[in-house]
Amino acid sequence: MSNRAKNGLGVVSIVIIIWTLIPLLWIVATSLKSTAALGDSSQNILGNFWPKDISWDNYKLIFSGGASDLFVPALWHSIIVCVVATVISVVLATFCAYAISRLDFPGKKLILTTSLAVSFFPVIAMVTPLFNLWRQIGLFDTLPGLIIPYLTLTLPLSIWTLSAFFQQIPWEMEQAAQVDGASSWQAFVKVIAPLAAPGVFTTAIIAFFTAWNDFVFSSNLTAQHAQTVPAALSFFTGASQFVQPTGAICAAAVVVTIPVVILVLFFQKRIVAGLTSGAVKG
Amino acid sequence: MTTVAEAAKGELTPEEQAHLSDRAKGERRLGWRLAGPAFIIMLLVTLYPIGYAVYLSLFNYRLTDPAGKKLVWLQNYATALTDSLFWQAFVTTLVIVIVTLIVELILGMAIAMVMHRVVWPRRTLRTIVLIPYAIVTVVSAFSWKYAAQIDTGFFNHWLHTLTFGGFSETYNWFGGRWSSLAIICLSEIWKTTPFMSLLLLAGLAQVDSAQEEAAKVDGATWWQRLTRVILPNMKAALMVALLFRTLDAVRIYDNPYVMTGGANKTETLSMLVGTETVSRVEIGMGSALAVILFVIVLIIAFVFVKLFKVDLTTSGRS
Repeated sequence: MSNRAKNGLGVVSIVIIIWTLIPLLWIVATSLKSTAALGDSSQNILGNFWPKDISWDNYKLIFSGGASDLFVPALWHSIIVCVVATVISVVLATFCAYAISRLDFPGKKLILTTSLAVSFFPVIAMVTPLFNLWRQIGLFDTLPGLIIPYLTLTLPLSIWTLSAFFQQIPWEMEQAAQVDGASSWQAFVKVIAPLAAPGVFTTAIIAFFTAWNDFVFSSNLTAQHAQTVPAALSFFTGASQFVQPTGAICAAAVVVTIPVVILVLFFQKRIVAGLTSGAVKG
Repeated sequence: MTTVAEAAKGELTPEEQAHLSDRAKGERRLGWRLAGPAFIIMLLVTLYPIGYAVYLSLFNYRLTDPAGKKLVWLQNYATALTDSLFWQAFVTTLVIVIVTLIVELILGMAIAMVMHRVVWPRRTLRTIVLIPYAIVTVVSAFSWKYAAQIDTGFFNHWLHTLTFGGFSETYNWFGGRWSSLAIICLSEIWKTTPFMSLLLLAGLAQVDSAQEEAAKVDGATWWQRLTRVILPNMKAALMVALLFRTLDAVRIYDNPYVMTGGANKTETLSMLVGTETVSRVEIGMGSALAVILFVIVLIIAFVFVKLFKVDLTTSGRS
């Protein structure tokens, strides 16, 4: 490639990076604006983008102020529900994917096709029947009442992604290790587990992202005792009904975005492999 | 292991054959024992609600009036399909699907090609591009909403400056149907193009670079190389990306919910199901709408798989 083409692509890349980062910087910028600066462009620079004076009031509001009794429990609900749903899905899917990639049994293709079909489900279609059922059996607005439907999001995805990962593992190495005198357990711990762990870990990250993102279930199947952050955000209210809760929402949005960005920064390569290996291999 | 090795050596005695099929049987049993729980739970948490929705959709049933529950067969469907609100939501959803799909295909392909060939900043680009995919949709919707709003936003200020004052600083994006949809689409495009471009990048990586070089040597233009060599060779990846995105866009809910709440005729099909169920507690009607949406998704998937021959189970596996 000529130097000119190289530089040209570099410039285009930077344009793409800026386009990608602007909405992120924007939400950070808005979360740092004082209530007065939010509606007054003279207190901001760069065309009402960045505040002249940074204010941490919005963060105080969501962690210890008026919005904390809505935000802090929601954050805990989000963490608990997403972690539990992810762990259940990944454990079940690990057994399932192991069987699919290593054992010969009828129905393998059925399992994979079903998990794909389920991941195409319009989740809102499940809200109506679950809304009715949960109200009758008392699961409405409870954490289990959210974890169960979250499995619809995370389980098919985990089965599909993990099967793709496991099919790339050279399972013969286990036998080779046994031939070399390792016990089954040693062969598993020393050879297979290290090979399988990255796939399991990546699948867990992707499943977690999906659960973390949910708004449909949480906004419709909870009221206040099990609300997760995405749903809580849309129910934030200002100090009075005439004050928009813009700053508080942005601060809360930044807080739930931080863990996601950290995961992406550290595990970018694996996440990309996980997202694409299941779907496209040619 | 030894049985397989011995059996492979020579003729099988009947005894050994019986033993082998025992082994195969055992493997089957173990296979289902390991895969079964995940499969059954998956079916329970999805098929059961869907079946229940089909059942409920046959009733005139308000949650606040359980005694008035009455079997009305397909009347809910007839009401829904002749209701102007349904068709309005249908058109809104369709517009979002078509606009985002076209833009994302072009933009996603362009980004994929840049990611494929760029030398610097290769890693940074690939990492940054992944962030919108991972971000919570509600967060991205709020970000774009506040960016477009008159009082809090920067859109109008920037457009005002860029057009040397031609664009009004007080333009209300959320005042009309199409301008609201424009912002909804923009936010959706920002959020989901990265996923599209990653799928397309995986396809691009499989295009034989020798073929591309040969076309180049033969004097093919850039456009010819793209349409005659690159795209046909990554058709599988292209179709999978299209299918994923279409089905995702048809189900769009979070984004318009946060942006407009359905005001100015921007309610999508998924939102309509939600309002019927939760705000109006019309369980029967909500279920009928849910089933209709589900059927639409089925039809789209069917068309892709049958007409465009997208073989998902084998294209995924080598």
